Amino acid sequence: MAFLRRSPRTVAPVPTSSRRTANDLRVGETATVCCLKDPEMALKLLEMGCIPGTQVRLAGRAPLGDPLMLVLGDEEYTLSLRVSEATTIQLKA
Amino acid sequence: MQETPTAPRPTTLPPSNRPAADPHLPRLALIGNPNSGKTSLFNQLTGLNQKVGNFPGVTVDRKTGMAQLGGQRRAEIIDLPGTYSLYPKSLDEQVIADLLYNPDAADYPDFVVVTVDASNLRRSLLLFSQLADLGLPAILALNMTDLAAERGIQIDLPALERELGVPVVPMNARKGVGVAALRIVMAERLAAPPALRFWEPEGDLLPLVRQIRYYFNLHNDYLALHYAHQFRGLRFLSDDDRAYLLELTEKYKFDSTARQAEETIGRYARINELLLEVVTVTRTEQREPASNKIDKVLTHRVFGYLIFLGILFLLFQAIFAWAQYPMDLIDQGVANFNELLQNNFSGPLVRLLTEGVIAGLGGVLIFIPQIALLFAFLAVLEETGYMARVTFLMDKLMRPFGLSGKSVVPLISGLACAVPAIMGARTIESWKDRMLTIFVTPLMSCSARIPVYTVLVALVVPDESWLGIFNMRGLVLMGLYLLGLVSALVSAFALKKILKARERSYFIMEFPVYRWPRWKNVGLTIVEKVKAFIFQAGKVIVAISVLLWVLASYGPGNRQAQAEAQVQQQAAAQRWPAAETERQVASARLETSYAGTFGHVIEPVIRPLGFDWKVGIALLTSFAAREVFVGTMSTIYSVGQDADLGTVQQKLANEKDINGQPFFTPVRALSLLVFYVFAMQCMSTLAVTYRETKSWRWPLGQLVYMTGLAYAASLLVWQVWG
Repeated sequence: MAFLRRSPRTVAPVPTSSRRTANDLRVGETATVCCLKDPEMALKLLEMGCIPGTQVRLAGRAPLGDPLMLVLGDEEYTLSLRVSEATTIQLKA
Repeated sequence: MQETPTAPRPTTLPPSNRPAADPHLPRLALIGNPNSGKTSLFNQLTGLNQKVGNFPGVTVDRKTGMAQLGGQRRAEIIDLPGTYSLYPKSLDEQVIADLLYNPDAADYPDFVVVTVDASNLRRSLLLFSQLADLGLPAILALNMTDLAAERGIQIDLPALERELGVPVVPMNARKGVGVAALRIVMAERLAAPPALRFWEPEGDLLPLVRQIRYYFNLHNDYLALHYAHQFRGLRFLSDDDRAYLLELTEKYKFDSTARQAEETIGRYARINELLLEVVTVTRTEQREPASNKIDKVLTHRVFGYLIFLGILFLLFQAIFAWAQYPMDLIDQGVANFNELLQNNFSGPLVRLLTEGVIAGLGGVLIFIPQIALLFAFLAVLEETGYMARVTFLMDKLMRPFGLSGKSVVPLISGLACAVPAIMGARTIESWKDRMLTIFVTPLMSCSARIPVYTVLVALVVPDESWLGIFNMRGLVLMGLYLLGLVSALVSAFALKKILKARERSYFIMEFPVYRWPRWKNVGLTIVEKVKAFIFQAGKVIVAISVLLWVLASYGPGNRQAQAEAQVQQQAAAQRWPAAETERQVASARLETSYAGTFGHVIEPVIRPLGFDWKVGIALLTSFAAREVFVGTMSTIYSVGQDADLGTVQQKLANEKDINGQPFFTPVRALSLLVFYVFAMQCMSTLAVTYRETKSWRWPLGQLVYMTGLAYAASLLVWQVWG
């Protein structure tokens, strides 16, 4: 349950706040999901297939910069989510 | 309650003891992820054999249908809302829990058909694995096999069947491929639940789960676990049951969020293992899916909005220009039919038929072209996957007003009818966003206002073009719609400041792949909506039309007879021609009728808006439903005029004020139009708002706020320019 940064027993290798999140991706850039910060948001993300270890690619942003379009897995499907939601998805360095 | 009871709650027999050969029609539930082709499959299986009702106690649409299975068998199918898991995140999804967790429920399905997106098997199987672990007999409808093949995904079907332990039917529901095979599989009435388990509660969960299982006499640990997770939302549990579960979960320090996450991760681990055996992906080349290319255009910073505006423009063109021809035909047809009846028969019954029933019926029928076109448009936008992109494009724009991108679809649907639109707001998970959307949606000009708009606009705005291209009437209509939209946004903004959020709001959603619409689905949507309109709104409209005719034809005591005698005397003295006498008599009779008396009573209130007692009658009846306006005007003015039953518009144009000038001047018409833009005049909307918000505060708020706004706006128009 290391992806859930909610209880003190979670041991994170680096301070999670300094990690890059899905919101920091450049358009077209691909990265791997490391952990999900917010427990409740995590449930929703997990159900929709955004699991630690999955590849994500920022396919684009809405004209005003928010929400984002994230392509999950190997071009499998596209999620649309707000910046505030994307920042709960932390990426592997 | 000091100690938790340990004896089992007395209940009926567990489901395994249900009689095996029960005579009732097999009942099956269709369940799957959003965009997994569930609706297409439902339409393929049932065709026109569908019924839309409500789940008990909630307003979630309960679509059922009769399906012909193989071997002359039939089955009842329930279409459940799309969901990603059995842990509900919205009201829609709650319905599924209520249905599947209560084996004693009357609706409890004999088995489930799970639609699964073959191109996205891992995520789709999450829901399937939960259903299988609940112990429900299941069939896997492996949908979108064409898309999977396109993406180089090969699925070993025998291996998948073996690994899942249930029948797997590959199909392409949109094209109808595989539906016949599914019917045959369904006919073999599955008795045994799948033997395989994907994930089971274990370790420190077991003491809690076992106690719940024993107490409620459940057949399976996983079901008991769901009781622990969801007891707050399960409607079939009694208060005592809930108190018991609350106590238990507290005793065992049950952390629902963490446990759910654990379970989901565990399931994915198992599913990944399984998929290794079953799926091989051969990528011929890394090419970008067509959907992504289309997205680059449709969500472009400039073209995206231009295209959206273009589509809206086309929508209005369709509703106002294209729909006009069939509407004129219906209008003229009804008028001709009435004339025919009046010329050949006479008597009070014929008058009731022509001026009451048929006039009212005409007011219902005339809506059909517009409703059909609007829902055709909305259905196509939904079917192609474009609606999700609209949400994406509009989210940031809507947020300053306290709304979200998800509010756009209800607001746009509000252009058709606020009732389904408000129900459509159920997809908004955040309570505050949802309440705001529900509250302001009736300000969007719904199709019931169209007849009011078109009749009054056509009456006072010349049919000329501006700069050679823009039709003046079209421009005024667009202005009315914009007025509605702006007032909705401003109202949401104001309400946003007052209302406090109850929980965080989610926006996340999946973009469906762009697809050509299936015309069968579009057609079924149109049929369903038109039918709902005719049989639900239509009944009210015709009933009110008849009531109105009675009210307008008869009066209290002998006042009508007195007024008539007075006019006859006057006519004799001044030697009026017969036609003029007849007209004056009818007018006098109307003024002294029940309706006229009613109109006179409220006239002082509405005179500052430029309305007289005749308009007053129409306003009053419109409070039942706006669409009654035209019917009322038609009834009132046909009573007031000679036997020549022209169209409504002719009747209004002939109406004169006391100086003999046309009564409906542009400013008077504008005042009336503005009133109709804002006023809350729809009982169905109030009723649905009550049902959706579970509180009278919201519908009452809408009634007071919108009607106040309408009065103020009309007052402004008439006092400044009148």
